[in-house]
Amino acid sequence: MTTAVLEKDTKSDAKLGVIDCDIHPSLSNPAEILPFLPLRWRDHIEDYGLRSPNPFYAALPYPRMGNGMRQDSYPPGGGPAASDLAFMQEQHLDPLGIEVGLLHALNAGPSLMNIEMGAAVCAAYNDWQIDKWCGPDPRLKGGICVPQEDAGLAVKEIEDRKSDDRFVQVAFVPKSLEPAGRRRYWPIWEACEALDLPVGVHSAAYGQRANTASGWASFYVEEHYSFAHVAQTVLISMIFEGVFERFPKLKLVLVEGGFAWLAPLMWRMDREWEEMRGEVPHVKMTPSDYVRRNVWVTTQPVEEPPNPKHVRPLLDWIGIDRLMFSTDYPHWDFDHPERTFKVGLSEAEMQAIMRGNAAAVYGL
Amino acid sequence: MGRHVIARADEIAPGKSKRVEVEGRDIAVFNTGTGYRAVTNRCPHEGADLCRGIVARFVDAEGPGEFTVVEDKVMVRCPWHGWEFDLDTGRSYCDPNRVRVKSFEVAMEGPDGRVAGPYSVETFEVAAEGAMLVLTI
Amino acid sequence: MLDDATPTIGPIAGLGAIDCDVHPRLPVTADLLPYFDAYWREQAPYRNIDRLELTGHPVSLPPYRREGAANGTAAEIASGLLDPNGLSAAILTLVNGTQALYDPYMADAFCQATNRWLAAEYLDADPRLRAALVVPFQHPEAAAEEIRRHADDRRFVAVVALAMGERPLGQRANWPIYRAAAESGFALSIQSGNVYRHAPTQAGFPSYLVEERTHMAQAAASQTMSLLSEGVMTEFPDMKIVMAGTGATWIFGMSWRVAKDWRGARVETPWIRESPEKILERQLRLTVGPFDAPSDMDPVLVDVIGSPDMLLYSSDYPHAHAGPAGAWPRALPEDLAPALARTNPQETYPRLEV
Repeated sequence: MTTAVLEKDTKSDAKLGVIDCDIHPSLSNPAEILPFLPLRWRDHIEDYGLRSPNPFYAALPYPRMGNGMRQDSYPPGGGPAASDLAFMQEQHLDPLGIEVGLLHALNAGPSLMNIEMGAAVCAAYNDWQIDKWCGPDPRLKGGICVPQEDAGLAVKEIEDRKSDDRFVQVAFVPKSLEPAGRRRYWPIWEACEALDLPVGVHSAAYGQRANTASGWASFYVEEHYSFAHVAQTVLISMIFEGVFERFPKLKLVLVEGGFAWLAPLMWRMDREWEEMRGEVPHVKMTPSDYVRRNVWVTTQPVEEPPNPKHVRPLLDWIGIDRLMFSTDYPHWDFDHPERTFKVGLSEAEMQAIMRGNAAAVYGL
Repeated sequence: MGRHVIARADEIAPGKSKRVEVEGRDIAVFNTGTGYRAVTNRCPHEGADLCRGIVARFVDAEGPGEFTVVEDKVMVRCPWHGWEFDLDTGRSYCDPNRVRVKSFEVAMEGPDGRVAGPYSVETFEVAAEGAMLVLTI
Repeated sequence: MLDDATPTIGPIAGLGAIDCDVHPRLPVTADLLPYFDAYWREQAPYRNIDRLELTGHPVSLPPYRREGAANGTAAEIASGLLDPNGLSAAILTLVNGTQALYDPYMADAFCQATNRWLAAEYLDADPRLRAALVVPFQHPEAAAEEIRRHADDRRFVAVVALAMGERPLGQRANWPIYRAAAESGFALSIQSGNVYRHAPTQAGFPSYLVEERTHMAQAAASQTMSLLSEGVMTEFPDMKIVMAGTGATWIFGMSWRVAKDWRGARVETPWIRESPEKILERQLRLTVGPFDAPSDMDPVLVDVIGSPDMLLYSSDYPHAHAGPAGAWPRALPEDLAPALARTNPQETYPRLEV
């Protein structure tokens, strides 16, 4: 079925220069971060380790097939996937025509149970992003990692980086201690709005709460799916807590949750708000109106319905202007810019998703 | 039908692969440990190089937790998204009628010439003749 | 845009529709005393165990009580819903705290008494009424026994579970319940509700009830994921799974993702031998009251969801949704009414005789 559209060659559109909204740089080895930490914390980590709410000290709680990486993404000189800039350039940035790549430096800093150490680890990852990636290759842009559970420390970290325009967003881990719209995080949202820094929310394996409302799931496929749920939680909480009323220019970018869930969630929030709006009088607009004003989603992992044509109505329900392309390089569920959309998109739509929307959101 | 010497047999260790170009076609050759197999290198899904994929016996289960490994069914798992292709037939497990790679003969059997759809990859015949691997296209 | 313009009963009129999701009132201890054994007859009042209403599903509050639906008795359900809509049957599901109790024996006793009360107060009172059994998921062996005790009473057609429960529903600890249910053709009806063993979200407790209600759709999706991944849908093909009152349209966001991931991660759960959306289409059912979609919806939505065979007509009565009780969702094509209100329920609930 639909063989013609499947074969559609989108090369010409993509060659305009892609903005990839999700690239994961890696340490070459765990010790690589240490020089970016004050001696006090280096010693502490050596003696007492990095304590995060993960049952395993140095392994993922849901072991992934092929370690969750593209099997061809390991640098020929050795080391983890995406730990070598030259190979990332050779394999990813150059051949795919990535004009700008937004880094999500996944790390335990925001989730460490020792908040002060978390602040130091976040700062170290911020320095490391500049030192190893954004400095040597100006196509790469950083995301400011923050110790989000202490808003004061988080705002300080943002302030420390605000004059460095190689950082284009603030990274927030959605598995926060409380839902993202709660007041404890408002100083962070206030700083982001004031500095016009979008909030990039990327799924994470770390968190203190179970990955379903009925407790911990058994399988990686369930955990992987739960990433889309916690992105929803960020959105639901920010809307119903009135964050977008209080900070109307705040930009929220939900990364790596896919996007098929967004349409039914908008419909559901709108209906529930109609029935329950007396409980949240501070929510002035229909929830989906806030989505259309303040919220964007990245495309990966791209939706591949059994009937590929069904992506088209979905795009219309969400709005092309909400979508920003991402690859998730070097992770296993990577999307290739020329092979991602298997339905016909107009030149203008393709351009908006591949670069235009992100250029506007991030002011690139 | 052309026959091409593509490698020395000892060049590809068990479980390893080699990418070759024959008559302008990009082909992945695998040593499965019990023989050689060859398929189109390009994954029909998003275009990854199948030669970079992991070769493994097919895993199955009669029921939850009852894992079995099917010794005579060898799959390559695409290095990107893990889609599995049967190296004998080129068929994907997830969608055998629509998604397949062409396998080429590296053994003495005739080529499986059927191409089911846009996602097809071919299999090729490849055989060890003395110390050399011969691929038939 | 919203489904509140002037919905009408519309296409279900004259069909003798089957309503797959209706809620009786919550029993209090005084109601249950006649059905307790001697021990619990003494203990329940002595320990002041009265109304087991869930904080996460507070049915005494206005959002759960449409105007005029004050007491929720069989007579009130008949005059407020069954008669005006010409229903041939309605399936009652009681969502209360029997599954939230910590004491497994207390849970068992309250479930048994509640089922007997349901039979006496509702099923004996109106032949159009059917019910789902409440069973103690805290004590799966006792739950299975309670199901087997009711195998011959075909007025009970399903077993109730909660969207936000103690553990993911697919896990093996629950399998004795499913074995008993499948043996006798009970469906599993998964309802909005929360036992608060875990936060309703992966980031803790939200401030507002409206957020918690919004999250019920993702809780239903998580349970679907669990029942699929653990193999319940394939091990117990005779037990259909009904997601009731959680909006229905979330399904395609979930089914597309799980089908995609299965292609790459199949080796983790190789007992799933066909593409997951096919299993879901066969085993999963979604009630359409309420239905999360704008009223001017493109009818392609039904194809996007998967198949109209997956949808069941329901009112969610007496919850306070827009329009008259049991109104047909304006987002759904009217020609689906005979399938959703007759054929699909009969295939979902093999015990249902209408």
